[in-house]
Amino acid sequence: MKVITAENLTKKFGSFTAVDHISFEVEQGEIFGFLGANGAGKTTAMRMLCGLSKPTSGKGMVAGYDISKNPEKIKASIGYMSQKFSMYEDLKVWENIRLFAGIYGVPEKEIGHRTDELLRNLQFESQKDTFVKSLPLGWKQKLAFSVAIVHEPKIVFLDEPTGGVDPAARRQFWELIYQAADRGITVFVTTHYMDEAEYCNRVSIMVDGRIDALDTPRNLKDRFNASGMDDVFQRLARGAKRNSD
Amino acid sequence: MRQFLVFVKKEFHHIFRDTRTMMILLGMPVIQIILFGFAITTEVKNAEIAVLDLSRDEATRKIIEAVEVSEYFHVAEYVHNTEDIDRIFRKGKIGLTIVFGENFYENLLHTGKAQIQLIADATDPNTATTLTNYATAIINNYQRQITGSNPAQYQIMPEVKLLYNPQMKGAYNFVPGVLGMILMLICAMMTSVAIVREKEMGTMEVLLVSPMKPIFIILSKAVPYFAISAVNLATVLLLAVYVLKVPVMGSIFWLILVSLLFIFVSLAIGIMISTLTSKQMFAYLISGMVFMIPVMLLSGMIYPVENMPAILQWISHIIPAKWYISAVKDLMIKGLGIQSVFKEITILLAMATVIIAFSVKKFKNRLE
Repeated sequence: MKVITAENLTKKFGSFTAVDHISFEVEQGEIFGFLGANGAGKTTAMRMLCGLSKPTSGKGMVAGYDISKNPEKIKASIGYMSQKFSMYEDLKVWENIRLFAGIYGVPEKEIGHRTDELLRNLQFESQKDTFVKSLPLGWKQKLAFSVAIVHEPKIVFLDEPTGGVDPAARRQFWELIYQAADRGITVFVTTHYMDEAEYCNRVSIMVDGRIDALDTPRNLKDRFNASGMDDVFQRLARGAKRNSD
Repeated sequence: MRQFLVFVKKEFHHIFRDTRTMMILLGMPVIQIILFGFAITTEVKNAEIAVLDLSRDEATRKIIEAVEVSEYFHVAEYVHNTEDIDRIFRKGKIGLTIVFGENFYENLLHTGKAQIQLIADATDPNTATTLTNYATAIINNYQRQITGSNPAQYQIMPEVKLLYNPQMKGAYNFVPGVLGMILMLICAMMTSVAIVREKEMGTMEVLLVSPMKPIFIILSKAVPYFAISAVNLATVLLLAVYVLKVPVMGSIFWLILVSLLFIFVSLAIGIMISTLTSKQMFAYLISGMVFMIPVMLLSGMIYPVENMPAILQWISHIIPAKWYISAVKDLMIKGLGIQSVFKEITILLAMATVIIAFSVKKFKNRLE
């Protein structure tokens, strides 16, 4: 079943075309890597899929809803984690979980049970009453991811979720992503780390607002005769006209 | 609705956990009232004055007695010639000297005119004015006594009547001003900074992706500051009535209702500022420079608007606090009815409508 489809999705800001007729499909439970240099149009494309920004032309369906017509329905069926760490530092761990569960409309009587389950899964029960500001970054990110899927969304969008942490912490983070995908949650992730691109089921690579390549990491490496995703990315990005910012 | 409540609860957490800000928000009105009420007052108590009495007769003795028993003055020195006056003023302790001409009582009885001179140290013009006003009031009072026994014979000196604030209590003037300033500060500055903080931290993005309606995000930011403002309103009114002894002459109901209207306008300004910027520093600057300073200077809180150049008077019309302060003066101190502040209420309502319309439009544009 397709949970995300984009057909010629385009976004223009004045004369500048940030996203230029992109088309792709994402299957349920898939881990879809959305790669591109800074300024390639990743964030704009993601904002359109999340219902934050209306496309200039083209069509997009997310979780069965049209992104131009039903952005509110989409918002209720997705989770989102941004590159800026986005929990409230002056709230305790459990209060953050409760807050986002409440915002996403998780029924009141289920919140307590889900909070416990989430913390147990992270082996984090002892930190329930800790203020988020005193947690290490790797833990904050794992917590933010768990909170982003506390309402069991169909799809979770992750915008460079692992910026600034060490490879060990990134590895742990990806274990959480695999667990979520096993439960049937589709993961749409942007990243800068090419080792992370290898973990995805399929990746797309954006250059200058267009999708220049879309396949499994293995096929892409074969096609470009490259040793790793890094190499593939370098070859595609070399053709970019836009300055990265 | 439940989303909204969950979110309001979060906002209260933010505020209550920031103990320092919390203390400032709740302590500031108390400190301001006490500072204005007792420290920076233009009111005079037991001011040291000097007397040069060239007559030493019954009338001058009675006037000096009246001056001495009043709570405003203490006759610290008796001088004997005009050169001494200059000398004692130079020492800087004496604020005022009362000089009686020669043959004071005799002149008063026979010609109906007597010379009295009030010399004040005008290096501080406010105090000088106050001192001369008090002294004039005492002298007038004496004059009234002798006119009573022997009517229509003596020249009536021009009488200064101090309406609404007969004792010239400073508190009468600054209580509405402090109210206007504090409510503006808390509602406009704190609300705008709280909203902009979410933008700066990146949490706003997460909230916008959530099913929570943007208008609820903004409204729930305003709720805690509304509550704190209500607490502060109560604090200021209680302190004013029980500590400074400024009575509420008019209807307390309308006073509170007009205050709530002003809080609403200030919250709207805070929300408007938050739509103009995404940097906390900038929100502080706009609310500080564009809203706070003009509120203090142009709202009639410190300087009377009537004495300002026409252009500044005109600018003062667009400051919400000016209309609020004017309404509070009418309702609280003059004890006038609600119909007398109809104009102020209408203007504040109009301002709220315009500001909210502008913010909503701006907010929608931002989202796109």
